[in-house]
Amino acid sequence: MDFKLKQEHELIRKMVREFAEKNMRPIAKEIDEKSQFPAETVKKLGELGLMGMDVPQQYGGAGTDTISYVIAVEELGRVCASTAVIMSVNNSLVCYPLNKFCTDEQKEKYLKPLASGKKLGAFGLTEPNAGTDAAGQQTTAVLDGDEWVLNGTKTFITNGTEADTILTFAMTDKSLKHKGISAFIVEKDSAGYHSAPPEHKLGIRASSTSELNYDECRIPKDNLIGNLGDGFKIAMTTLDCGRLGIAAQAVGIAQAALEDSIEYSKTREQFGKPISKFQAIQWMLADMATDIEASRLLLHSAAYAKDTKDRYSVESAMAKLFCAETAMRATTKAVQIHGGYGYTKEYNVERYFRDAKITEIYEGTSEVQRMVISASLLK
Amino acid sequence: MKLELEDHQREFAEKVRVFAEEVVEPQADEIDTSRTIPAELIQKLADEGYLGALIPNEYGGMGLDGVSYTILIEEISRACAATGFTLAVHTTTATLPLLNFGSDDQKKKYLPELCKGLAAFSLTEPQAGSDPGSATTKAKLDGSDWIITGRKRFATNGGRANVITLMAVTEDESGKSGVSAFILEKKELEGLKTGNREQLMGIRGSEVMELILENCRVPGANLLGELNGGMKIALNSLDFGRVGIAAQAVGIGQAALDQSVDYSKSREQFGRCIGKFQAVQWLIADTKTEVEGSRLLTRRAGALMTGEPQELSYGAAMAKLFASKTAKLATDRAVQIHGGGGYVKGNPVERLYRDAKITEIYEGTSEIMRMVLVRSLLK
Repeated sequence: MDFKLKQEHELIRKMVREFAEKNMRPIAKEIDEKSQFPAETVKKLGELGLMGMDVPQQYGGAGTDTISYVIAVEELGRVCASTAVIMSVNNSLVCYPLNKFCTDEQKEKYLKPLASGKKLGAFGLTEPNAGTDAAGQQTTAVLDGDEWVLNGTKTFITNGTEADTILTFAMTDKSLKHKGISAFIVEKDSAGYHSAPPEHKLGIRASSTSELNYDECRIPKDNLIGNLGDGFKIAMTTLDCGRLGIAAQAVGIAQAALEDSIEYSKTREQFGKPISKFQAIQWMLADMATDIEASRLLLHSAAYAKDTKDRYSVESAMAKLFCAETAMRATTKAVQIHGGYGYTKEYNVERYFRDAKITEIYEGTSEVQRMVISASLLK
Repeated sequence: MKLELEDHQREFAEKVRVFAEEVVEPQADEIDTSRTIPAELIQKLADEGYLGALIPNEYGGMGLDGVSYTILIEEISRACAATGFTLAVHTTTATLPLLNFGSDDQKKKYLPELCKGLAAFSLTEPQAGSDPGSATTKAKLDGSDWIITGRKRFATNGGRANVITLMAVTEDESGKSGVSAFILEKKELEGLKTGNREQLMGIRGSEVMELILENCRVPGANLLGELNGGMKIALNSLDFGRVGIAAQAVGIGQAALDQSVDYSKSREQFGRCIGKFQAVQWLIADTKTEVEGSRLLTRRAGALMTGEPQELSYGAAMAKLFASKTAKLATDRAVQIHGGGGYVKGNPVERLYRDAKITEIYEGTSEIMRMVLVRSLLK
């Protein structure tokens, strides 16, 4: 067991950090305030090969391993959590399943533009009545000659407003319950497809979280992914990968909170000394740093499991659960360390605090992660 | 030891709740979005007698008992934390220096006015937060007047208030340095400007201002209490203020609990309401217990408002420490219970989540609260 990162991983960390500092830091605060999608940054991420990292080069990707991917997401998350999730969704929730479950023709047509950053993807699973209970799909897909006709509504879809390609789940046979769900590729110019403007949110405000409407939406017959009834399995497999991305985003947020807190506590003086001299502050920093180390190790271990084992659901669930809770604790402490200033928009920590919360919710709430973990323990 | 409310307190509680639900709550969302508490609402608070809650009848106030006072702030805050906070600051730190330390003339002049309109309290400076002793705003004697120069931050109600109780560094005849309290009447003064208004993460309806004083001439009659006796006045007022903040935190916690219970009973997933799941049940049970504990600690602190100052100091610190932590936990759980929907603006829990955090910071951070407690515990 080697705890040292390979040189290629160090290089990726360095490259993405430099990119983030140069391109993302100057605008992170503004795009949060204005809820503005960072189109320029996303384009550049595509040019750097970061939008389809583990997709084979043959299909426009960079062909990296998963540890490289989670390092990249962490470095993006450290500067701008919104940008990190935009990139993570494209990688984990769209490129990954297309690469794993599509035919060569489908990959050529749909995966290549997504992995190379020319198009943006979204994952259309959640519905108003199907959140944690993802199997309760009410969107339907019916075969009509050469086309599938989709009807339904998706909600809280990241990248929903901007996405060109939407991996969409729909019920094709209600009698089979979750085994009657199928997965489809929907392009935004499909007849009957409409994306709504984004929701206003507590955090990750520069990423779009949108409702998608399928109203007699017609797509080619060949846009079915895998076989009829494969949809739920595809969704769950995909989410195992997505959770690694969110865990990485959470570690990035926590890391930013720690760095800002160290800086502030060394410079802010009260009672005649820097506040870093007080044990209460020292203890907070120590706990933050320890949590982050443990989180990163759990995450990298899960990433390694993905590349070396058939199933990594439990590792992924543990990583997401722990990393999200770390982000919550770290950002809460960061605001506290900054005192009243930490509650104003003058400092970044209030943004980290707002961003952190969603990592406990999306791509499977912490409750769902506990269900996955406990189920494996009790089988 | 009586743990039940007296009849008159119960009647008062019902009356305040109706006011809070009918008048305040419907405006809470708009207050947060527009960052404005309408003048009409402040007027209604005045008309109900709430601005003069702690001012004796003889000066036009309500002369409310401490326990009822905590109920007032709790109920208003449950409807709108920003309004609750504005009222709490006005009734304690902005009013009580005058009531407890003012001369008869000063009390006759200002207290009736404070029953009708908002007042402010100004202690904090850019370099003086937890450590008010690091303040540098100076008041120099010029004939019988005082000339005050300096910069204050985080003065709640600082823009709307006409009367501001402000702390400045002074020297007595022997040259000994200390802090004195001054009554500033904005209308009458040159050299007092309001600077930036803080952009806050939560309680966005409250008006928190920078104050800039440049050779501001204040009449000698406006020295409040003894020369160099200001710190005692400030700390005493903050003890009362902390009771108010504790009550605000209880209100926020209760609001979070109410939302959590309602949603758990109505939201269905996996074919049943989510309140059937132990995970959700436990969150609600814990929140309920902690809010009850907070309420009892806060009411006890309210009762101590007429007792020994040391006991009030201790009781208020404990109540604020506990209630603010509870508010944070309760609102976090509330968002989690609501899932993705709790992260979206327009849902009250999204606002409650942002509002809760500041209760652990202002009017003495939780760290300062612990210092107060330790003084008694380890003496």
